[in-house]
Amino acid sequence: MGIMGICTFYFLVPIWWLFVGATKSRGDFSGTAPLWFADFHLGQNLSELFAYRDGVFLRWMANSVLYTGGAALLGTLLAAMCGYALAKYRFPGRELIFNLVLGGVLVPATALALPLFLIFSELEATNTFWSVFLPSLVNPFGVYLARIYATASVPEELLEAARLDGSGEVRTFFKISTRLMFPALVTIFLFHFVAVWNNFLLPLIMLGNERLFPVTLGLYTWNGQVNQLPELRMLVLTGALVSIVPLVVAFLLLQRFWRSGLGAGSVK
Amino acid sequence: MKKKLLGVLMTSALALTACSSSSDGGDEVAAGASSCAPASGGPVTLTFTSWIPKIEEVVKVWNDAHPEIQVKVQTGPNGNGGTYQNFFNQLKAGNAPDLGQIEYDALPSFRVQDGLTNLAACKPVTDAKDRFIDWTWNQVSFGEKDAVYGVPQDSGPMALFYRKDLFEKAGIPVPATWEEYAAAAVKVRAAGGYITNFSQSDINQFAGLAWQAGGRWFSNDGTKWTVNLQDEATTKVANYWQDLIAKKLVSAVPPWTTEWDSAYNKGQAWTWVSAVWGANSISSGAPDTSGKWAVAPMPQWTAGGKVAGNWGGSSTAVFKGSKHPYEAAQFAIWLNTSQEALTLLNEKANLYPATKDGATLPALGKGVDFYGGQKIYDVFAAAATQVTPDFTWGPTMTSTYASASDGFKAAVSGSGTLLDALKKAQTTTIDNLKSQSIPVAE
Repeated sequence: MGIMGICTFYFLVPIWWLFVGATKSRGDFSGTAPLWFADFHLGQNLSELFAYRDGVFLRWMANSVLYTGGAALLGTLLAAMCGYALAKYRFPGRELIFNLVLGGVLVPATALALPLFLIFSELEATNTFWSVFLPSLVNPFGVYLARIYATASVPEELLEAARLDGSGEVRTFFKISTRLMFPALVTIFLFHFVAVWNNFLLPLIMLGNERLFPVTLGLYTWNGQVNQLPELRMLVLTGALVSIVPLVVAFLLLQRFWRSGLGAGSVK
Repeated sequence: MKKKLLGVLMTSALALTACSSSSDGGDEVAAGASSCAPASGGPVTLTFTSWIPKIEEVVKVWNDAHPEIQVKVQTGPNGNGGTYQNFFNQLKAGNAPDLGQIEYDALPSFRVQDGLTNLAACKPVTDAKDRFIDWTWNQVSFGEKDAVYGVPQDSGPMALFYRKDLFEKAGIPVPATWEEYAAAAVKVRAAGGYITNFSQSDINQFAGLAWQAGGRWFSNDGTKWTVNLQDEATTKVANYWQDLIAKKLVSAVPPWTTEWDSAYNKGQAWTWVSAVWGANSISSGAPDTSGKWAVAPMPQWTAGGKVAGNWGGSSTAVFKGSKHPYEAAQFAIWLNTSQEALTLLNEKANLYPATKDGATLPALGKGVDFYGGQKIYDVFAAAATQVTPDFTWGPTMTSTYASASDGFKAAVSGSGTLLDALKKAQTTTIDNLKSQSIPVAE
């Protein structure tokens, strides 16, 4: 219990610091105690943040949600289909494909950014929405998870029964299997969401057009200009606070399903 | 492949890094000045990558006046934060922008990698030479004949920011020499403050101090680089600051942090030897001290001397592979010499121009309230002309800085000295040059 308390404290202090920092004016930020409030300035910081450069920050947030949410949704679907196929169908090369995918888990996304840039350069597609979106769809770990879960939670007998009743394979997948795999899908979705949200290097390398930046890259750019325009410091802080909101929301909304998944079957 | 490799080696004046086999699109232009002819017919669209805040508002002025040469702005983090690496990647992939912002200390690395277009054949560029302060021109020509690898954009002449009120109250005269500065440091410490904060991790300030003293870290005779981070002048500067650190007369808060701001805001640090853009760092980092600061020329090594250092500054370069060097050069010259562009750059991003008449911008002639109404830019205008002209940066500054910064941090916390750190940085730099097959003279 004590260790849990210490860990919680350790993880929450930076967020607390960020929250407190974002509520201060610039003078108070460097002049007052970092972990407690001075004059409450959050509203002003927020309106400054949203107004700066014609609201480019909101655009970045929208981009992030689109890149991340879109890629996580589609990516989860792809991973689920792929993992399900690997678990439920027997075909030559099945293990080979699975092992290849498993190998993909070992390759960090960072290492792939530069080769991807060179490939997209050949196609003259760098600095576009797709140059960040398409690579973000790939999620080998999701495939792995989906296969394991499909093997464990989708009984062959059920699929047999569906086939006998005349349901096509695709229909069976969407109507029956995805329902059974739902907790795993939520897990995959969350992992994928976080991975894409945090994948900083890919947009850094691919994008030059500010209007396409995700929020991480945008804030990083501002942070680099703090020496020149120190008023940006408060915008970076406030922006960082706002930018974790979607992640927190995603986790709070989905953790219900997640928990039910982990618990399901444990008492049967 | 082999033939191509040979060709690459022969055409570039300085050896490239390990030739990558993936760049099959990069056709080599012979060394020397590239041709500089206007595009035949039709409007031209250029791409320009820069991390200057609000640069697109400046570029819009150009675009409105020049429908035949449209410039598209791309942006990114500051150079060492990722944009330089992006430039190198793009050069490799053959889709580099036409123009890019490159700081003076990074320019040689692009030159060595053969990434820049020599603009010496562009008349608008060579015509503008005399409009720039001499030393800034040296930064983009590397002192070579018939070589212009960029158009100087801004500069960072250095001076002494000091707390006028505190110096007066303590009865300490404003130091005009480094000897007086060290003497003042003792008195300031006795009064409960620190004379300044020694920049332990941002080596650029130290480079500016060494630059002023006459240090020459790198030179290039056309074939080989000479590295000397411990020449006489630099050794003198290193020993000077080592002494102040050892006697605990300077504080050593990491620069660009809120602690650092707070030290100035609370009057714990009394001076800062910094560049012209530092005026803005103080006024925004230490808002409570408004009206209490003033600016004096940089302390001198010899009494009555008039020598300044430089900290920062960048250029607008045209990348190799640009199809429109003529138009790109025209834009770069407009951006960095015209009064309207310089005024905007100063207003939006606090850039201090690299041109001789840049000092006459109306905004730079005004008294600044934060500095008690002093016309501080007059001091910097004088300093800009006093920067010694022949300081050259090396082609691997990132690793040199990193190594020196590690050593400086150690020296500040009591292990080793600044000189040790420079010695180590020298070894690292030479190793690094060799590992990139850049010839080094030893």
